[in-house]
Amino acid sequence: MTPPVIREKSRYEIILAGAGGQGLILSAIILGEAAIREGKKVVQTQSYGIATRGGLSEAEVIIDSEEIVFQQVRNPDIILAMTEGTFEKFCDLARTGTLIFYDETFLEERKGNNLCGLPFTRSARNLGQGGSANLIALGAIVARTGVVRMESLVHVVTETFPVGTIEVNIKALRLGESLIAEHKD
Amino acid sequence: MEMFPNQTRLIQGNQAMTHGALYAGARFYAGYPITPSSEIAEECSVLMPKLGGMYIQMEDEIAGIAAVIGASLAGAKAFTATSGPGFSLMQENLGFAVMGEIPCVVINVQRSGPSTGLATKPAQADVMQARWGRHGDQTLIVLCPASVVECFELTVQAFNFAEKYRIPVILAADEVVAHMREGFSIPEEGELAVIDRKKPSCSPRDYKPFKADADGIAPLASYGSEYVFHVSSSMHGPDGFSNNDPANAARKIEQLHSKIEVHRDEIVITRSFQIEDAEVLLVAFGITTRASRAAARTAREAGIKAGVLQLLTLWPFPDKEIRFAAERAQTIIVPEMNYAGQVAGEVQRVVGPDRDIRRVNRYNGQIITPDDILKVMAL
Repeated sequence: MTPPVIREKSRYEIILAGAGGQGLILSAIILGEAAIREGKKVVQTQSYGIATRGGLSEAEVIIDSEEIVFQQVRNPDIILAMTEGTFEKFCDLARTGTLIFYDETFLEERKGNNLCGLPFTRSARNLGQGGSANLIALGAIVARTGVVRMESLVHVVTETFPVGTIEVNIKALRLGESLIAEHKD
Repeated sequence: MEMFPNQTRLIQGNQAMTHGALYAGARFYAGYPITPSSEIAEECSVLMPKLGGMYIQMEDEIAGIAAVIGASLAGAKAFTATSGPGFSLMQENLGFAVMGEIPCVVINVQRSGPSTGLATKPAQADVMQARWGRHGDQTLIVLCPASVVECFELTVQAFNFAEKYRIPVILAADEVVAHMREGFSIPEEGELAVIDRKKPSCSPRDYKPFKADADGIAPLASYGSEYVFHVSSSMHGPDGFSNNDPANAARKIEQLHSKIEVHRDEIVITRSFQIEDAEVLLVAFGITTRASRAAARTAREAGIKAGVLQLLTLWPFPDKEIRFAAERAQTIIVPEMNYAGQVAGEVQRVVGPDRDIRRVNRYNGQIITPDDILKVMAL
């Protein structure tokens, strides 16, 4: 397993970006709720357009041990880019230390430090749940960075999703975790 | 979702406002869902029936506020939630609620306009509409939260003011604070004060619905009770019936204003952050408070004594509090998400035309950042 590139620290700023309908705000809520259960301070915000599906959708999560005054991300530690457009928007930040996860299903592999391409959507389709790419990505991010504990995430997913869908969603998280275990930088 | 005391959960501003209303005893919601306030309607549609309350989705916002007024007159604590276009539609009936002295709460989650505008983007451009949106000599109370906790607490406060002063109270949130999620745990019952309207103690025959007590407020009976009374949007006397006497009209208009003016110290809520020695004073409200506090902190690190005065009550305007804070400051900055500087203009009125006020305005659907504010501090 690849060692975490981000050692444990007191504050994390995370952006989950992609297209409306990919479930990124839900991922942000689950991540934020997991951090709350670990006793952290959390602010979660989002920005999207008037279309339900398609169009830019960004969710932000700030996790801190102290009070979070300004509510928006200013220096992201972690970015998830689920579309080519969002990758292009943020990719320069990798050079200054931001760890960027991107969906290899839609983007060709990119070379460079702090870039982590994984087939989130393809894996979701293979799982038979195309809509679970958001949770696969979340599982991968948490496995790689330790921003929250995997058990916290599993706990929140168990509480959040309706009975009958919990199992497949946890499977998606675990699949994300295994993508990291298999991934070679 | 259900919430339990001592259980911290990631809660959205809109959810917190809904739960604040329920905590305050609201058991009636009528409205027409609109972004970015829709989660309030959604949450009420689930929770109201469980609490023995009522949720009605109306045909439009005019009907929404009309139903709220009717429910309140029948004795319920009632509210609605909307955004710019719906808030515009509610103005006439809000005037009716002012004239009829009917307690109610309207949550206006401000979004970028005019008209449909940027429907999913934030603004703070309804400050003047909230105060002056109705015709005629009228006044009401406007509160403005900057966090999920404040969404809850100010909604409870909004109901308390509405009930105590028989007046509509506007909760002027914005898209960011309404959609934002933060850790929140609901207070125990009794932890926050909950005020109910004054009921008449006289016999039904002697009851006059607009005959004010010494505190300037008349007790309010409930429609459907043994107290039968008349509420009219026309100028009326203490008995509620039309009255064209000039002396009566003057008395009524004065009473509508004085019941708020007399209690303004209780109604005006501000919070200050390091203003004691501040040379740079930031006057902020709503979500922009947070960028202001972050900017002030950065300025302090650079050796500039900056402080923030947060206006949780926008109307009645915190004249006294601003004047006091501005006395020691050399520079005053007012950041707000509107073009005209709706609050900056009021601050200018308070401190006088000779004082220089630096404005920070955004009106493109994007929030004001700490950097935007630091720029006008020349940092």
